[in-house]
Amino acid sequence: MTGKLGDRLLHGYTWLIIAWLTAPIIVMIMFGFNDKQSKSNTSWQGFTFRWYGELFADSSLTGALVNSLQVAVVSTVLTTVIGTALGLALGRHRFRGRGVSNFLVFAAISTPELVMGASLLSLFVSGNTPRGLATITIAHVLFSLSFVVVTVRARVVGLDPSLEEAARDLGAGTWTTFRLVTLPAIMPGVLAGALLAFALSIDDYVVTSFVNGNQLTFPLWIMGSVKVGIPPQVNVMGTLIFGIGVAIAIANAVASRRRA
Amino acid sequence: MTETQAGTGEAMASPVAPQVPAIELDGVVKEYLANGEVVQAVKGVTLSIAEGEFFSLLGPSGCGKTTTMRMIAGFEDPSRGVVRLHGRDVTNVPPNRRDVNMVFQSYALFPHMNVWENVAFGLRRRKTPEAEIKRRVGETLEIVDLVGREKRRPREMSGGQQQRVALARALVNRPRALLLDEPLGALDLKLRQAMQIELKRIQREVGITFVYVTHDQSEALTMSDRIAVMHDGLVEQLASPREIYERPATAFVAGFIGTSNLIRGTVDRVESGNAVLALDEGGRVLVAEASHRAGDPITITVRPEKITISTEEPAGGLSAVRGTVSEVVYLGLYNSYAVRLADGAEVTVFQQNALDSSSTAERGDAVWLSWQPHHSYAIGS
Ligand SMILES: Nc1ncnc2c1ncn2[C@@H]1O[C@H](COP(=O)(O)OP(=O)(O)O)[C@@H](O)[C@H]1O
Ligand SMILES: [Mg+2]
Repeated sequence: MTGKLGDRLLHGYTWLIIAWLTAPIIVMIMFGFNDKQSKSNTSWQGFTFRWYGELFADSSLTGALVNSLQVAVVSTVLTTVIGTALGLALGRHRFRGRGVSNFLVFAAISTPELVMGASLLSLFVSGNTPRGLATITIAHVLFSLSFVVVTVRARVVGLDPSLEEAARDLGAGTWTTFRLVTLPAIMPGVLAGALLAFALSIDDYVVTSFVNGNQLTFPLWIMGSVKVGIPPQVNVMGTLIFGIGVAIAIANAVASRRRA
Repeated sequence: MTETQAGTGEAMASPVAPQVPAIELDGVVKEYLANGEVVQAVKGVTLSIAEGEFFSLLGPSGCGKTTTMRMIAGFEDPSRGVVRLHGRDVTNVPPNRRDVNMVFQSYALFPHMNVWENVAFGLRRRKTPEAEIKRRVGETLEIVDLVGREKRRPREMSGGQQQRVALARALVNRPRALLLDEPLGALDLKLRQAMQIELKRIQREVGITFVYVTHDQSEALTMSDRIAVMHDGLVEQLASPREIYERPATAFVAGFIGTSNLIRGTVDRVESGNAVLALDEGGRVLVAEASHRAGDPITITVRPEKITISTEEPAGGLSAVRGTVSEVVYLGLYNSYAVRLADGAEVTVFQQNALDSSSTAERGDAVWLSWQPHHSYAIGS
């Protein structure tokens, strides 16, 4: 009896958590369909598809979104390439400085964003680097690198070292071995890291706000318009980004299940 | 199937050129640096493996078998010495350019490829025409009995099947030699015995040189043409299974292979070609073809199944030792006796259960042990 009751409580609790996690997302999606007349988009006034039609009506918002996507794509590619190389090295080889590198990876994850943003800004200022999309991209690579390193390293550590030896034994050179055996074997880690890097980049506010110069990204634009009222297009864009993210996550889960 | 059929008889062998050994190790040493100290995993191995031979490296864990094999494959560079494959010095040739293939203990099958792709991997690297790949992969899968499983992923297969994929992946390249590092170690006993027979059949069928690493003496004895018994980085004895079993060269080999009795004594005299050992407690041990002189201390081994147990004093011309039965164990085909000699040494005797299943001696009986002079085998120490 108590077992049944316990089961039910656990069920209820689980659903409560799910509701709690999804409520803000549902509200975001819902207000993208709000047929609002006033300046603020905070009370429900009826259903419309209008904002989907006028998605790119505000050119400054569109510009910020394009900036964000550009930065996210470039920084994700850079982070994934650099992070995979680092993760391979840290997971496999024993070399001088390995301990220090491992510590730095952890330190980068645990550094507060405010600290990282402020120190990057002083670095750029002291180096006379003009702030803009380039500095934003560099900053995003820096704070997401460790996540790729960690996910890739976990795969590398679990890799049977004789897999690569078998490839060499069968006549594959260094590059072929990497391309045909090592990379496919660590691919789930690489993809998971890339997804994380993209997600971290697309919605970063704190670090970006230090190094953006006069460029606006999507999160910066939203924060700037909080006082005047956030237009429903923001909800629509948020909904689309969320939808793409979910689709990629599902595809990754399916693919890695097939691969594993 | 292969061009270089070994075992096709002397008629085929060219009378002019003596056969070049498939594999030669010449004074090969491997040193590792572990915690600032030099450790010698292999301390100087010289051996030569003939074309088409089933050759085993046998020894306890840590004796250097894997290291030796990895130097043949090219995964380790010898610290000193030379590795030759078919007469060619390959000491500094990387593994992808050596004409040998390895079967790994963990199988090391590529998890993201199916059976067909795994087996075709080596041929693809050599740019073999697609039609030939198709034919050869098909043929090889037939040899290892995996036809119909081409589309399976390794993890969808049993351990025995994975083992055969690993074998096919190496065999399909028709290497000059196949290196197998404890390939059956992960299988259970029944499957292991079935695979031993299977491996032997495949080796005969394809005629490729097999170098087989194992710590299982019965496996090595049943499968090999020749065995190198390794101990502590050195080869203690290199001979046929029969020779290794019947005439172990050292106390280590005698102890490692099967059950063996060691008896120490001093040569008393040499009599009609046999050295006669004087034992403290009386009795005699005869050693055939011993080149020993009176006064030499020697150690001999004698296998348990060569000894006869009796209550009457045996005839002359045999070794004859007195003792007391301290243990009798019924083992189906035979009985195992532990007989304690006067000096406290214990001798194991196997006596077949032929007609009479009741044992010839009971616990506590005083008995005579006897055996032929040529079953005493003097060993170096
Ligand atoms: N990479 C290495 N670094 C240091 N020591 C090693 C290394 N590889 C093997 N050894 C040592 O060399 C010895 C022989 O190892 P191995 O050839 O694997 O033995 P076996 O295969 O007979 O069990 C062992 O004592 C082992 O600890
Ligand atoms: Mg080993």
